[in-house]
Amino acid sequence: MPIITYREALRQAIQEEMRQDPGVWILGQNIAAYGGTYAVTKGLFEEFGAERVRDTPIAEAGIIGMAIGSAMNGTRPIAEIMSINFTLVAIDQIINHAAKLHYMFGGQWSVPMVIRTASGYGQLSATHSQTFENFYAYIPGLKVVMPATPYDAKGMLKAAIRDNDPVMFIEHSNLYGIKGEVPEGDYVVPLGRSDVKRAGTDVTVVAYSSMLKPTLQVAEGLQGQGVSVEVVDLRSLRPLDLAPIVASVKKTNRLVVVEEGWRSYGVGAEVLASVQEQAFDWLDAPIQRVAGKEVPMPYAKNLEKLCVPSEADIEAAIRAVL
Amino acid sequence: MATEVSMPKMGYDMESGKILRWLKQEGDPVAKGDAIAEIETDKVAIEIEAFASGILARILVPAGADAPVGSPIGWIAQPGEALPDAGALPVAATPSVVETSEVKVILAGESASASAATADGERIKASPLARRIAQDRSIDLGSISGTGPGGRIVKRDVEAFAAPVVALEASSPVPASVSAIAGGVVKPFSAMRKAIARRMVESKSPVPHFYVTMAVLMDEALALRQRINEKLAKEDRISVNDLIIKACAAALRKHPGLQAVYTPEGLQHPDTVSISVAVALEDGLIAPDIHDADIKSVGAIGNEVRDKAARARSGGLSPEEYGRGTFTVSNLGMYGVESFTAIITLPQSAAIAVGAVAAEAVVKDGQLAIGQVMRFTVSADHRITDGAGSAQFAAEVKRLLENPYQLLL
Amino acid sequence: MDALLQREMYRQMLLIRQFEEKCAELYAGAKIGGFLHLYIGQEAVAVGAVNAFGPGDDIITHYRDHGHALARGLESGPVMAELCGRETGVCKGRGGSMHIADVSRRMWGGYAIVGGHLPLAVGLAHGHQYRKTGGVVACFFGDASTDIGEFHEAMNFAALWKLPCVFICENNLYGMGVPITMNSAVQQIVEKARAYGMPSERVDGMDVEAVHAATLKAIAHCRAGDGPYFLETMTYRFRGHSMADPELYRDKAEVEEWKRKDPINAYRALLLTKNVLSEADAAEIESSVTAEVEACARFALESPFPAESSLYDHVYATPV
Repeated sequence: MPIITYREALRQAIQEEMRQDPGVWILGQNIAAYGGTYAVTKGLFEEFGAERVRDTPIAEAGIIGMAIGSAMNGTRPIAEIMSINFTLVAIDQIINHAAKLHYMFGGQWSVPMVIRTASGYGQLSATHSQTFENFYAYIPGLKVVMPATPYDAKGMLKAAIRDNDPVMFIEHSNLYGIKGEVPEGDYVVPLGRSDVKRAGTDVTVVAYSSMLKPTLQVAEGLQGQGVSVEVVDLRSLRPLDLAPIVASVKKTNRLVVVEEGWRSYGVGAEVLASVQEQAFDWLDAPIQRVAGKEVPMPYAKNLEKLCVPSEADIEAAIRAVL
Repeated sequence: MATEVSMPKMGYDMESGKILRWLKQEGDPVAKGDAIAEIETDKVAIEIEAFASGILARILVPAGADAPVGSPIGWIAQPGEALPDAGALPVAATPSVVETSEVKVILAGESASASAATADGERIKASPLARRIAQDRSIDLGSISGTGPGGRIVKRDVEAFAAPVVALEASSPVPASVSAIAGGVVKPFSAMRKAIARRMVESKSPVPHFYVTMAVLMDEALALRQRINEKLAKEDRISVNDLIIKACAAALRKHPGLQAVYTPEGLQHPDTVSISVAVALEDGLIAPDIHDADIKSVGAIGNEVRDKAARARSGGLSPEEYGRGTFTVSNLGMYGVESFTAIITLPQSAAIAVGAVAAEAVVKDGQLAIGQVMRFTVSADHRITDGAGSAQFAAEVKRLLENPYQLLL
Repeated sequence: MDALLQREMYRQMLLIRQFEEKCAELYAGAKIGGFLHLYIGQEAVAVGAVNAFGPGDDIITHYRDHGHALARGLESGPVMAELCGRETGVCKGRGGSMHIADVSRRMWGGYAIVGGHLPLAVGLAHGHQYRKTGGVVACFFGDASTDIGEFHEAMNFAALWKLPCVFICENNLYGMGVPITMNSAVQQIVEKARAYGMPSERVDGMDVEAVHAATLKAIAHCRAGDGPYFLETMTYRFRGHSMADPELYRDKAEVEEWKRKDPINAYRALLLTKNVLSEADAAEIESSVTAEVEACARFALESPFPAESSLYDHVYATPV
């Protein structure tokens, strides 16, 4: 099976879907000749032309609103917003329109669009470095996914494009270059499913997106010390697939949740609350959360490093429940 | 047809309005859409319009008065048209009387909530709080049934478990279904009544009770009691029951098998003799413990029982003062009951049910005579003791009561 | 102009007027809840403009949307039922007054976020351009929504990508309780259109035929692929912004002056003069409209509320 990068996996998904369905088109800043800020759309302008690969002005609310309107009128847009930090500019369109129109108008039409965006940091400072998947995971009517591997990225983006609901497809700048096995051709990874990435017996650790890799590293390290860690990749935040996590906790009796974002009111809080509702009697220790420090992201390299959970933080949380 | 003018809802959160002034007077012509009055809400003063044409036939709410949204404030009618009588004006429906909710009757024989030790990995479901209380009181969670969500053991289950209550097995059968009997009001169960019901079923069903009855000549005991009480202040006087408690305690010291505690692994033998004394309350029973009743004097027992019974009735008994006994004494003699049998209070293994002392014809030295006779019945758990053991215990209690001076030792 | 169309436009304006008056009554009786924004006075804009578009074109508008819905041919019964939150409403009771829509008539709704539907309108226009349908979009909005960011983003996109969108600004001189003189740096909204290089026209919004003619011209421009067109219609709402508005911010004299220009009275008079209508015709139209409005209110009030079991229906189109 070919080994390709996360970025290439995304490109394959878009390209294959655009070839197969003439209604699919992409819009965003710098995606055409420039090839995309993260080079995901490289080559697509040359293949599909200006009508289907469309650069937009810097107008996030307008971009998303337009994509919604066009999706209502029979097309399948993939809107790229350079950073999840900039989706805040369009949040009214995402929540009040994309998520709600199908329900509010009694099911008369839907909004089959994908919003592709990316979390990430790297001395980009406070307004470019946070992650807001929890804002969107909060909203009924949206689907929110964050694949962590090239295999999941291609399969889930295809599923998102084919889905008739608005999907927030959240990538991460740390992931674009990672490599993994990805089948050639068509396959779909259904939305709304979490995935056990590593089996274990002593503790369940839930992670997703940029936090999956460090979690797996920690699990490997602990294996050598006789601790068997089961790692569950959320992949989908809304809908949240709790069943594999609950099954895992019933086996291990211990849970740690890892996220990059700020701790209070984060994704970890939701997973934790739901697991204690369903598996209260199987918990042998309180659930631990590992999350980002609650400050606006600082520029200085050493301070920024403190803000994002490290392998040491993940390991400490695991040990705290053993 | 006359049209009612009602206080309009002029905003999504408006609940009432005040009439500032009427813009039309009674008898004035009104066209649909005309401003008819000015009203004030929390937020604004605003004119309201007429939704019918005619004359303003009646003003019901004068300027300066408040009216709730939707309530009638006037009438528009055609000239000469009669208005409905004020009395016939539709009255807002009164809220229907809240019906008493159905009460589920816990029937004897209906199985209690599933044991907390479920087949689900044999994991006992208990809340962290319940576990802590059970641990503090050295109670085995496995012997408690849970009433919390999903059959989980929660705090109240542990506390009820530790508060043994003696039930009286009435001679008449319990009615099978309340709903089949007409009349009367259903009064919801108190928490205590529910706990008693549950615990009686938990004891009676699994524990193999058997009974041993004795008749005791109480003449000597009564005489001793009288001699002791002659010299005592009224509040210090001992009762017949105090003598019985002491007799049982002494007999248990001699026959400790009757106060062994049944556990699935084997018998646990407590070091001390602690008698739980059943006290009737207004809505139930409670049995405060008298620890070391075999060592304490009858007088000390009497004082302690009096004190704890009084506090039990006033609700002043603390959780440490009940639930830790090894044997229960229950006495219905004050009601003239001849005899009855008791349901064992888990985790105890036996109990004694005491009837009234009454003059009866007895045979003494081959002659008919009158004796003061009292009957008691020992209930015992056949998993831990057999007939002979119970009989020996009962015989010892009888012997001590018929030779009561030994109780003073 | 075709006499049939003229009569139909008169009937539609009258229907809207009486429908809105009935809404006021039902709202005061707590049968309609939330906010209620009446279109009374502005009928000529919706009727004149909507009747210029074809069945393959799109209508999208702001929250004062009952008039556009009725002009587009949505039946008054289901529209009133929607306002009363009933199962038989056009949106099954889930939208309410500000969200009247019917996809079968390409009436994509009223929207409650000021200016929020303008990018949607431009997107609808993109859909037509992308799929080469020849369709054109009618986007209605108020003067006060020309001050918000998304108006500008939508205008720029439409002009930049030459999208077939007719922007119809209903300038009724007020944004809720604030006059345009205190909201907009520029008093003639067409100047904002010119800033985006868009052809534009200012129209008497109380004259239904003037609105109609101007809209036809705008549509022709868009259908030819020449990009968007902007119409500023000068109009006035005779009632408050919504039901609980005592209108302290404007002169009663000003209101009375505009009421003298009532588009319905004016058009009735005009059609009588031109012999398009006789008095008898007018009376017949009037009584049939009154009957229709009574019937739609009855229909709405007799309709059931949505089943509680349907609460979670239509959260997603694709189940997971």
